[in-house]
Amino acid sequence: MSEPLPEQSAWRLLETMLLIRRFEESVLRMSAEGHFAGHYHLYIGQEATGAAVISVLEQRDRLNTTHRNHGHVLARGADPGRAMAEILGRASGLNGGRGGTLHLSEPGLGFLSTSGIVGGCISLGVGGGYACSQKKDGSVCATFFGDGALEEGVSFEALNIAALWKLPVLFVCENNSAGAWAPGQGYPTLVHASSDLRLIPQSVGMRAVRVDGADAAAVHAAATEAVARCRRGEGPVFIEAMTKRWPGSNPLWPEPATGVTDIAIAAGERQAAGEHRDWIERHDPVLRLARELARAGGVPRLRALDQAVGTRIDAAVKFALESPLPAAATACEHVFA
Amino acid sequence: MAKHSYAQALVDALHDSLAADDRVSLIGSYVLGLGPQRHLMDRIRQDFPDRVVDPPTAEAGAAATGVGAAMAGMRPFVDLGTGSFSFLAWSQITNEAAVSCYMSGGRITVPVTFHLLHGVRGGGAAQHSHSPQSMLCNAPGLEIVAPSNAADAYGLTRAALQSNNPTVIVSHARLLGLEAEAHKTPVPIGRADVKRRGRDATVVANSLMTHYALVAAERLAADGIEAEVVDLRSLAPLDERTILDSVSRTGRLVVVDECPLRCGIASEIAATVAERGFGLLRAPIVRVTRSQVPVPYSAVLEAAITPDADKIAGAVRKVTDKH
Repeated sequence: MSEPLPEQSAWRLLETMLLIRRFEESVLRMSAEGHFAGHYHLYIGQEATGAAVISVLEQRDRLNTTHRNHGHVLARGADPGRAMAEILGRASGLNGGRGGTLHLSEPGLGFLSTSGIVGGCISLGVGGGYACSQKKDGSVCATFFGDGALEEGVSFEALNIAALWKLPVLFVCENNSAGAWAPGQGYPTLVHASSDLRLIPQSVGMRAVRVDGADAAAVHAAATEAVARCRRGEGPVFIEAMTKRWPGSNPLWPEPATGVTDIAIAAGERQAAGEHRDWIERHDPVLRLARELARAGGVPRLRALDQAVGTRIDAAVKFALESPLPAAATACEHVFA
Repeated sequence: MAKHSYAQALVDALHDSLAADDRVSLIGSYVLGLGPQRHLMDRIRQDFPDRVVDPPTAEAGAAATGVGAAMAGMRPFVDLGTGSFSFLAWSQITNEAAVSCYMSGGRITVPVTFHLLHGVRGGGAAQHSHSPQSMLCNAPGLEIVAPSNAADAYGLTRAALQSNNPTVIVSHARLLGLEAEAHKTPVPIGRADVKRRGRDATVVANSLMTHYALVAAERLAADGIEAEVVDLRSLAPLDERTILDSVSRTGRLVVVDECPLRCGIASEIAATVAERGFGLLRAPIVRVTRSQVPVPYSAVLEAAITPDADKIAGAVRKVTDKH
């Protein structure tokens, strides 16, 4: 257990995490109702990592993300309505319907790009760090990726370059393979010869730390320390955030395995039930932080927050559904700047 | 005649190849992707547990393992997954496998087979919808096949695993569930197939586009226009003879391909016919291809840039001057 966060910081983080959770639950519903067709990935179960790391970044900092990007984009402050509209392929989406769920991107908030290629993100993040070092303004680049990205060769090249040139890069490895399905069931699980991913950055002399990715306070503390080192010019830091994979993760199309998150569980008013009770009770980062705040007398505030977030997400979904589709005649726009 | 899905035929071909030749093994067993057909591969995992491995997400490493093993006398089948991921293994495919036979004066053979799922699949957006085969055609030394149905998928996969050359099999993601008559007959690499006879225009297609061409031909027939559909099946080597023979009968050519317009398969066919069959043509050639644009996510944009039966029928009407 880490030191608890100051109360106001904890509430702010919970708001972001709950926003992500309700957004992702809506994406599941939009898919079930047939509003979009492609495969997609959700951030459920990893909210504490993205919300806490991004809360440490400043406006001048850069970041980039992957096919599992919805949480990062929202945590950085992108409009949920435009994000949902992009997932539905609408003209008013963040990227005009060109990118879709795998590539939500908001360059105005400092995102470099959102690459759906495994290993693409970690390596582009080094470019972001190089740009920060050229600017000499103390800015940093945070690059998010999954444990699978480290299976790609380019990841080693990227880590080596960042370490060699002491680039201000915060490598955030979101390891969601702990306790995942056995191999052969269709969804990739950890396939590293070593079970300690920190050894990879450590082999190029990079500082590497491991935190409980479902513990917002622990991630916040690790990211604060890491970003400070980057800003001081002490080189990159690798954070491995461990999370227990959400049971709804499936090959290509997630399932609403844990249902709609019931905030009453955090308030102690109801018990988790069903096949995935253990995940809900012990590994759900949103309920975990909500429970801590509820115990400190925050139940009424928790309920009000959930209601406010729900209202915001309802408005986002309504905006997205009412947005027009792009005109076919515009299909060839934006190939070049 | 029994009907089989393309996916089933691919699995049958792999199973029969593994049974026939101890040197064959699978590096990557998600040959059918992660979609509904993926369980068909269980039979291969059960029957050949020692000859199926699943690599990490490491396309370059998996491809290099296959290329190296082929140089050492094995016949590996390397599945690269979604075609867009082949770019991560580009050096191993185009700059190792493709060149080694020539570079060694014919002393090294690289009998590796690569498989990938290509094409616009619906919501895949720019990074999961590539058809890299036109780029691969610029790597002399590779055999490239693009089957359009179950029988061709079976025959060409068997042929690829028997070939002494590096071979790339591209399967359109949307073909996997498509059922057709299944034969277990050999299909030679480098031989096109006339899938429909017609006197008025030749439509050259490959992979999924063959089906769109056949649908277009049905519609045109209702208006008295008879299109001949030539399915390339092999992109390299190219069966120039079958194409030119067809054009000599029809005098008109439409080329359909899902690769982007510039320097694509369609451009190559058009150039070959213009060069070697100019006197046969009674109208300018028309290409129907993907627009020169990355693949968009939104369904309406995706449809706008991708060939379909309507666009093919329109092109045939144009070359036959029967709008």
